[in-house]
Amino acid sequence: MRVNVTVNGEPRQADDVWEGESLLFLLRERLGLPGSKNACEQGECGSCTVYLDNTPVCSCLVAAGQVQDREVRTVEGLADGDRLDPVQEAFVEAGAVQCGFCTPGLVVAAHDLLDRVPQPSDPEIREALAGNLCRCTGYEKILDAVRLAATRKAAPQESGNR
Amino acid sequence: MSLTPAELTSAVSGGIGSSPQRPDGNLKVRGEFAYASDLWHEDMIWGATLRSPHPYARIVSIDLTEALQVPGVYAVLTHQDVPGQNRYGLEHKDQPVLAEDVVRYQGEPVALVGADHPETAQRAMKRIKVEYEVLTPVVDMETAVDDTPLHPGGNLVRHVPVRRGDQHAEAEVVVTGRYEVGMQDQAFLGPESGLAVPDEEGGVDLYIATQWLHVDQGQVAAALGRPLEQVRLTLSGVGGAFGGREDLSMQVHACLLALHTGKPTKMVYNREESFYGHVHRHPAVLYYEHGADHTGKLVYVKARIYLDGGAYASSTGAVVANAATLGIGPYDVDNVTVDCWGVYTNNPPCGAMRGFGAVQAGFAYESQMDKLAEALGMDPVDVRIVNAMSEGSVMPTGQVVDSAAPVAQLLKLVKDKPMPPLSTVVDLRDMPGGVSNTTHGEGVVRGVGYAVGIKNICFSEGYDDYSTARVRLQVINGEPAALAHTAAAEVGQGLVTIMQQIVRTELGVERVTILPMDTSIGNGGSTSASRQTYVTGGAVKAACAAVREKLAKLAGGRDPSAVDLVELLGDEVIDETVEWRHRATEPIDPETGQGNAHVQYGFAAHRAVVDVDVELGLVKVVELDCAQDVGKALNPQAVLGQIQGGSAQGLGLAVMEEIQTAGGKVRNPSFTDYLIPTVLDMPPMSIDVLELADPNAPYGVRGVGEPPTISSTPAIVAAIRAATGLALTRVPVRPEHITGT
Repeated sequence: MRVNVTVNGEPRQADDVWEGESLLFLLRERLGLPGSKNACEQGECGSCTVYLDNTPVCSCLVAAGQVQDREVRTVEGLADGDRLDPVQEAFVEAGAVQCGFCTPGLVVAAHDLLDRVPQPSDPEIREALAGNLCRCTGYEKILDAVRLAATRKAAPQESGNR
Repeated sequence: MSLTPAELTSAVSGGIGSSPQRPDGNLKVRGEFAYASDLWHEDMIWGATLRSPHPYARIVSIDLTEALQVPGVYAVLTHQDVPGQNRYGLEHKDQPVLAEDVVRYQGEPVALVGADHPETAQRAMKRIKVEYEVLTPVVDMETAVDDTPLHPGGNLVRHVPVRRGDQHAEAEVVVTGRYEVGMQDQAFLGPESGLAVPDEEGGVDLYIATQWLHVDQGQVAAALGRPLEQVRLTLSGVGGAFGGREDLSMQVHACLLALHTGKPTKMVYNREESFYGHVHRHPAVLYYEHGADHTGKLVYVKARIYLDGGAYASSTGAVVANAATLGIGPYDVDNVTVDCWGVYTNNPPCGAMRGFGAVQAGFAYESQMDKLAEALGMDPVDVRIVNAMSEGSVMPTGQVVDSAAPVAQLLKLVKDKPMPPLSTVVDLRDMPGGVSNTTHGEGVVRGVGYAVGIKNICFSEGYDDYSTARVRLQVINGEPAALAHTAAAEVGQGLVTIMQQIVRTELGVERVTILPMDTSIGNGGSTSASRQTYVTGGAVKAACAAVREKLAKLAGGRDPSAVDLVELLGDEVIDETVEWRHRATEPIDPETGQGNAHVQYGFAAHRAVVDVDVELGLVKVVELDCAQDVGKALNPQAVLGQIQGGSAQGLGLAVMEEIQTAGGKVRNPSFTDYLIPTVLDMPPMSIDVLELADPNAPYGVRGVGEPPTISSTPAIVAAIRAATGLALTRVPVRPEHITGT
């Protein structure tokens, strides 16, 4: 089948999509956007989290055909050119990135959290990120990163510019 | 996306002792870092692996006819298509690339398919007809040696005895125990994957996520029957490793398909296949007897340790040696009798995972120390401190510990930390069971537990353990710029950052580029045994020293550090490659286990505070605190990251992580059924980092990655025991172990 979808603001088209293909496969293998990760492909790890019409979803659990005429925003669509989103910037600074395989999903999940709850408490951060597995960090520095990003977003003039 | 990983350049201050940002951090947060599973090549095909459904069976016949007829299939291969040696292995070449007449574990690769789409490959795989004659599997590690031999030499992979002092010593107080450790999985998030690209001369370039490029290269070349120069490996982005990428997975398979079809071939495991596709932590059964006097001083320790190596040896030999030589823990004991056996069974193959050997023994000897404290009516920390080893102590192997061993200090640090307050208001999110709303505090009991552990750092037993580093210095655009190149695998731990920091410190430059890691340079050794900062860090430091010698020659009689580097270098390019070794170790005596087997020892201690719902058996770890000596924190932020991540894996083994097998079959090969800690499971950590320099190591460093994984598990279980009064002799502790239902 043919799928038309807006990805990171750009209209995209893919042909010969199989019925069983996931949005994750569509993004990674057909649209050249491998940022969303294939860690479990059964909705347990959150590494493939993307926005679908502004709602975060596990792209491995969405059939490619379901995104026809809808909007997808991936980790590749968060930065403003060379300028990282405050969440991305905070992940690097806080040491929340080790192997980085969970990072795209966690960045999207944290980005969504801070859009909804600009100053989350620690229990709120934990609840919001509970669907994203990380095997390297023990999560402490991921919590640091989300706290840092929340502070930065509240006072954007202090945000780094790199 | 390019196949060759990006060069990583940072131009910042940030030498050793500081925490500059990782040079790959921006790529990773943008989703632009190329992991092995992200690679793409024009005209590439997809490989898939047909695996045995049986733990032990004879292959009667294989019929490929229908599979080959599926449109879009380029090749279907069996062992008959392996042009070189159809055997590989880290220590023993005992594992077939593709099974011949027998399969020895569920998931053993039998055939390969190359096709135009992963789904085509799956469809073709289902049309391969394999007739098996199912055999009775050997699954009990304690009796395996006397069971059906699975390999020509029988089922014993290695036995290591350690004998020290009086073998018939007696003591006033004796405690015994039998302990079990379940099979833990590394559960790295980036699945096994790689892309093999054939050249036009019969060679192949493999882009791969691994822990050791050169040992992969040797094994792949032997299986392909090609000289080393025709098998070139480049490290692709690695999504975690933790020991699970020390052995080959799809490396040879992808190269076979690529060479057979002439097409670039990509292979990516899904999560289920990943559980079958790599080795796990050895399950263990451990029998211990501790004898002490009335003050708590240990008189003797006896241990018999069984490790289940599964179907193939992998690194079982080294795991056995660690469990035996470190088997009594970081304690001074004059009389020691330890025997450790690693055996073949038809369970999944087991090999390296963070802290191997030391983790299994650590759960048992720390459980014993608590049991001893209870028998003596002593405080569990006090009984450990009474026996704590220190610099100058003699190991059960006779080796003198010749650098810091602050065991008592680490224990005191975690003991003296303030206790987390008992919650006064009911917040479900703080309760065992969380927002499942299983309790509002009724039936919840708090417990506190302690543990300390020991791990050898770097490769042991006389292994020639070295790394190769090349450092280049020149002026680029009017600025001094350095470049470093090694084959040492960055798997997420931050070696690329450390290498930049060392170059900055040694050469006084800011701009440092890290070249992609590949086999065009000499061996970097394995990213394991907590060794890369020590060994590859040592090699980079030594290469910088060689560069500085050349600078001194350029400077003539002048002090090179007093001359402007740009002026001094001019158009010169200084380019030095160095092989660097840590001090040599010795094999251990096969009868007595005596010998200076280890390079360095690392220590960490934990305190765990838990809340247990004793009615439902649910555990909430409230706080997990750690103290560790790291010799010198080259990058303090990365050190904390290692301690936090290592402690989390220990928490997983304590309360949730186990590959459950029945008759050799894996029952839970998914993240739905194999649980790893989430952010809700992992509590806040308070961490003390000691920096007691090891005079033998570069900058005084002590390996960081593994020690926190050892003491985390027994501390948590001790806390659950304290809360429940139960013996709890097996990890992971499951709810039914607590409720008795």
